[in-house]
Amino acid sequence: MEAAVAEAHRREWGFVLAATVRVAGDIDLAEECVQDAYARALTAWPAIGIPRSPGAWLTTVARRRALDLLRRKGTGERLEPLAAYPALAAEASGSAEHSTAAGIPDDRLRLIFTCCHPALSPDARVALTLRLVCGLATPEVARAFLVSDTTMAARITRAKKKIAAARIPYRVPHHDELPERLLAVLDVVHLVFTTGHTAPAGSDLTRGDLVEHAADLARMLAELLPGDPDVEGLLALILLTDARRPARVDEAGRLVLLADQDRAGWDRSRIEEGLGLVRRALSRRPPGRYPLMAAIAAVHSAAPRFEVTDWEEIVRLYDLLLAKWPSPVVALNRAVAIGFANGPAAGLAAMEPLTSEPALAGYSYLASARAEFLARLGRDGDARLAYEEALMLSENEVERDFLGGRLRALDG
Amino acid sequence: MAEYLILIYGDEQSLMSADEAIFAELMSGHEEFGKKHHQSIRGGNALQPTSTATSIRRDASGSVSVTDGAFAETKEALGGYYVVEAADLDEALSIAKDVPTPFGGVEVRPIRVFD
Repeated sequence: MEAAVAEAHRREWGFVLAATVRVAGDIDLAEECVQDAYARALTAWPAIGIPRSPGAWLTTVARRRALDLLRRKGTGERLEPLAAYPALAAEASGSAEHSTAAGIPDDRLRLIFTCCHPALSPDARVALTLRLVCGLATPEVARAFLVSDTTMAARITRAKKKIAAARIPYRVPHHDELPERLLAVLDVVHLVFTTGHTAPAGSDLTRGDLVEHAADLARMLAELLPGDPDVEGLLALILLTDARRPARVDEAGRLVLLADQDRAGWDRSRIEEGLGLVRRALSRRPPGRYPLMAAIAAVHSAAPRFEVTDWEEIVRLYDLLLAKWPSPVVALNRAVAIGFANGPAAGLAAMEPLTSEPALAGYSYLASARAEFLARLGRDGDARLAYEEALMLSENEVERDFLGGRLRALDG
Repeated sequence: MAEYLILIYGDEQSLMSADEAIFAELMSGHEEFGKKHHQSIRGGNALQPTSTATSIRRDASGSVSVTDGAFAETKEALGGYYVVEAADLDEALSIAKDVPTPFGGVEVRPIRVFD
């Protein structure tokens, strides 16, 4: 039974909370009531059995609790539960964009757009999304982003206070601002994914839980905004990249580069699903950031062996991506692709202007990519320095082991 | 509905040295803003430059010091403000985006209400 409640926590938290915020008119109160509903499930479900729709059961209990608490708080006052948070209340009377068979409004889009509002700091957007939409406890969110529990708790509290005090609305943005606001949401989901794909620190290369949360969020968006090419692009990117997870480390947990991965170990069903999504996402012109990134991942998926990778196509896609999104990290990836397409000297030349880029100063991949190309050119001394620099910048133990091994191979 | 203060920050030097045409454009920009959002605007003023400001501080012992100048010396100084009424932050931000700011930008702050 505990497993059933845990499963409902993972799958339904965002739905239950989103529906409860409407009634509570306040995020903190809604969270308290939802926690309470899950606690009740632990005692009630063994007696009544697992409800047919756990989400509906939990929502009903949480909303009833919210109304109870508001009534109690409102003793002696006029009963107007939502009056304290009119920005939430004003929207609560509107009809839901989606609702379930049980007639419960599906407010998860509202919730995630509120969590990812541009008036909140990017750090706070990620933290709120993991906490409120995915249901992670504050220490889990803190662990993912390498900050202390108290720092993370303060960050979340501050963001919630701003939502209430500045009246950040509980609303899906209007049509004209939807594309821009959606991109902010997708950036948050993508950051959750990249943080899980290569953990910033620790003894494991990946944080599988964060990858799964990112995939769940992307699936949720794909369900609620069907046919959106950016959403489909992000979901495809996650599926295609994560399909390689089983091959990214060997039995001993050591890092295996893309070039050396056993492609038979790639998850075919994720690749098939991802490829289907990429095709649809790319049919809309001009393709956006995430469909292009997914298209690049798809080129890798399509190559049966590393040696037959279509690097020219990858360079072309990076050119389009860089035009759409002039980020130094994209420029670095493009330079690496040029190195594979036209030889290590060309790759190094493309990287050269990036070495003075402040945004990449603490980025270990610039140093490790330079080191690889330098080693291929036989410039061992320069390669050694670059590997040492990459080692200084990486805190992931699996990556550090790998870089240390490369360094020893140069010496040997 | 709630009230928000829109603080207009800008580089004073650029404003002071702007030629008449630019200044006239700025003034008509504010007139246009006033017309477009007259239903939301609850107040607003332009301020004299920070060279006319006087700051008063009270130290730990309680003694008061009066000094010449702005409270915080920054390149971009507070030059004016509007008070607007809006349903939520999104509406306040969309109004604030229309404030002409050739020499800087604006900060939007919700006005605190005490029960």
